[in-house]
Amino acid sequence: MSDPQALAEQFDDLGQQRHAAELGMWIFLATEALFFGGLLLGYAVYRHLYPEAWFAAARETEILIGTANTAILLTSSLTMWLAVRAGEEGRRDAVTLALGLTATLGAFFLGLKAYEYYLDWDNSLVPGLRFAFEKADPEHAEIFYYLYFFLTGVHAVHLTVAITAVLVVLFLVRTGRLAYQQSATLTVLGLYWHLVDVVWIFLYPLIYLPGRSQ
Amino acid sequence: MNTIVDAQGSGSSGGSGSHSLPRQAERGVGREEATSYLTAGHGVKSWLFTTDHKRIAILYALTITVFFFIGGAAATLIRMELFTPAGDLVSAEGYNKLFTLHGVIMVWFFLVPAIPATLGNFLLPLMLGARDLAFPRLNLMSWWLIVIAGAFVLYVLVMGGVDTGWTFYAPYSTTYSNGYVVAAAAGIFVSGFSTIATGLNFIVTTHTMRAPGMHWFRVPLFVWSIYATALIMLLATPVLAMALLLIMIERLLGVGIFDPALGGDPVLFEHLFWFYSHPAVYIMILPGMGVVTEIVTCFARRRIFGYQFMVYALLSIAVVGFFVWGHHMFVAGQSMYAGLVFSFLSYVIAVPSAIKVFNWTATLYRGSIVLDAPMLYALGFIGLFTMGGLTGLFVASLPIDVHVHDTYFVVAHFHYVMVGGMVSAFFGGLHFWWPKITGRLYPEAWARFAALLMFFGFNMTFFPQFILGWMGMPRRYHEYPSEFQVYHVLSSAGAVVLGAAYLLPLGYFLWSLRYGQPASDNPWDAKGLEWRTASPPPKHNFPSTPRVDEEAYDYHPPRRPPGGHLDHPSDGRPAS
Repeated sequence: MSDPQALAEQFDDLGQQRHAAELGMWIFLATEALFFGGLLLGYAVYRHLYPEAWFAAARETEILIGTANTAILLTSSLTMWLAVRAGEEGRRDAVTLALGLTATLGAFFLGLKAYEYYLDWDNSLVPGLRFAFEKADPEHAEIFYYLYFFLTGVHAVHLTVAITAVLVVLFLVRTGRLAYQQSATLTVLGLYWHLVDVVWIFLYPLIYLPGRSQ
Repeated sequence: MNTIVDAQGSGSSGGSGSHSLPRQAERGVGREEATSYLTAGHGVKSWLFTTDHKRIAILYALTITVFFFIGGAAATLIRMELFTPAGDLVSAEGYNKLFTLHGVIMVWFFLVPAIPATLGNFLLPLMLGARDLAFPRLNLMSWWLIVIAGAFVLYVLVMGGVDTGWTFYAPYSTTYSNGYVVAAAAGIFVSGFSTIATGLNFIVTTHTMRAPGMHWFRVPLFVWSIYATALIMLLATPVLAMALLLIMIERLLGVGIFDPALGGDPVLFEHLFWFYSHPAVYIMILPGMGVVTEIVTCFARRRIFGYQFMVYALLSIAVVGFFVWGHHMFVAGQSMYAGLVFSFLSYVIAVPSAIKVFNWTATLYRGSIVLDAPMLYALGFIGLFTMGGLTGLFVASLPIDVHVHDTYFVVAHFHYVMVGGMVSAFFGGLHFWWPKITGRLYPEAWARFAALLMFFGFNMTFFPQFILGWMGMPRRYHEYPSEFQVYHVLSSAGAVVLGAAYLLPLGYFLWSLRYGQPASDNPWDAKGLEWRTASPPPKHNFPSTPRVDEEAYDYHPPRRPPGGHLDHPSDGRPAS
């Protein structure tokens, strides 16, 4: 028996509504890919123009924190998937637990990221505000750090939105206000979470790994 | 042939089967008395927070009308300044601010939302036989976003303007300009989210909410044009958003990602900007093509010639449109090989555009043509778009572009496409669907006069600019050698006529709201689901979900045009 709240009035049935919600999220993800795509194009251009500055600058990034964050975010994708799976099976407690874990892991990521920004500030690696780079070609290294802050900053904004969404859904599921088994909410939320994760998988090698082999 | 079979109980296809629930009953297909969407709620709040796509369309229409007249006021001042060769009305800097304001407002706050967010919003669910768009609250949000974005632009206007041109080229915008670049860019950034939300809603609605029987090749070409437009909105706008965000931060923090003095690459900005802004040109013309298709078929009483080719032409313009941006940068230091490729691709995109023009013309052949106001606008569109398109080939050609780049030739070219094309189509669509939207008929004689006036006023304004540009008058100058004056005077005089042609419909449309004759459900005897419901439509569009069992534009039996002559006598078989 379906929950009456699950069906919005413009749709004929739940199948149509699910289809619309999932298609909508996939299309939104396509726009997200182009948001980051434009920035990565900029990255590629300057990486090609100033490889020396790029390697020198990337070697100064906090690779330990970056790697730990990669592990944390990948794990959160697993817990997100578990939440979606539990939702399909109608296991409310499992959904809330998995969503709680997901949000916690996301918060850990942001915490570590904030600490990393703090270290960057300490090392005078913040373009425009406090930048003093000793190694090769500081002018172009500043562009690297500008892109670094821009890319990770936009990513962090996305992750913050994602954590907020997870917490809202967690609250709705827990209080029984969301027909999570019939609606596409968990699937759509999962898609968005995985996108945030996938973006990071591209950012990690681009930011932390250049120049490390030398 | 009756297309709408009463599909009683559209809810019966629903898996829930819970007809007693209040929500289901509220949909109450069939029994719901047809109170129009205009009277379905009262008070300002019922408008500002409505989720009804038809009311949101009206909100959009009012908003962009305001912006159209602000942008138009800037254009008026520009034409007044150019009346004489000396810079006597405004300073050079003031002139820069005027054309920037004109460009920014007309592009992002009028042309991009013009047809999609007003006519598209109103008609897409109606044409598909749906109760609303897939995401009504998102639709409302997109209107609020453009209002917020508009507030940024009005702030810029009040504080003293911005002088970078609508293109925000770096490093001028990031380093040297004294205007309110950040606020203007922020406004456009926010309006981009509005565009993305609208496009997403349209695509999902078209995919998932077509009425039973409306398979993909029965979808009206207006919907196809909106669909193709939405694809561009979704895939191009994010890149502009990021480029403008980079500009804003570079300007605020002084970090050089585009400024060459700081190690940046200004051409990168041009690439990112035109990767959006060339496809955006197609955002500003494809919906017009859709409107014209609906009008031409109705007023020629004719099936569209080559329906499937029209669909593929729309989609290929949308796709190829993403690969021609470099023709804006032939003289920007781009590699000559890139220039060759972009030049070639720009020729390629002329092919589907030409297919559309030929097919409209072929649709008229043996039609039973009625020259009412919407048709006059549509025919004006075809002529002006053809001129805009053909001069597009001039500027797509490398050697000619080097000669006419940044001259009035380019200005005239894109005004023929955007103003001659899109604005004509917008006015044609407004007249065509006015009875449906408001339930009133507009005064036909005045409307025909306004349509003709617009055509003549437009040509008088912009044709001299082709000659000016060819003679070498560069764009964006507030004073000029006196040998150009005769063309500038002609152009300014034409602008007066054009301005009158824009004000006239505003007058008689408002008049018709009160004094116009009440419209029947289908005053044009047109095909399409939107004409099968009341004028104005009820809140949920149709008393019951319509069922479609005929092709689009079924104005006459196949191969039997009005008048009884066969299209292809060899195919002729006696009518059964």
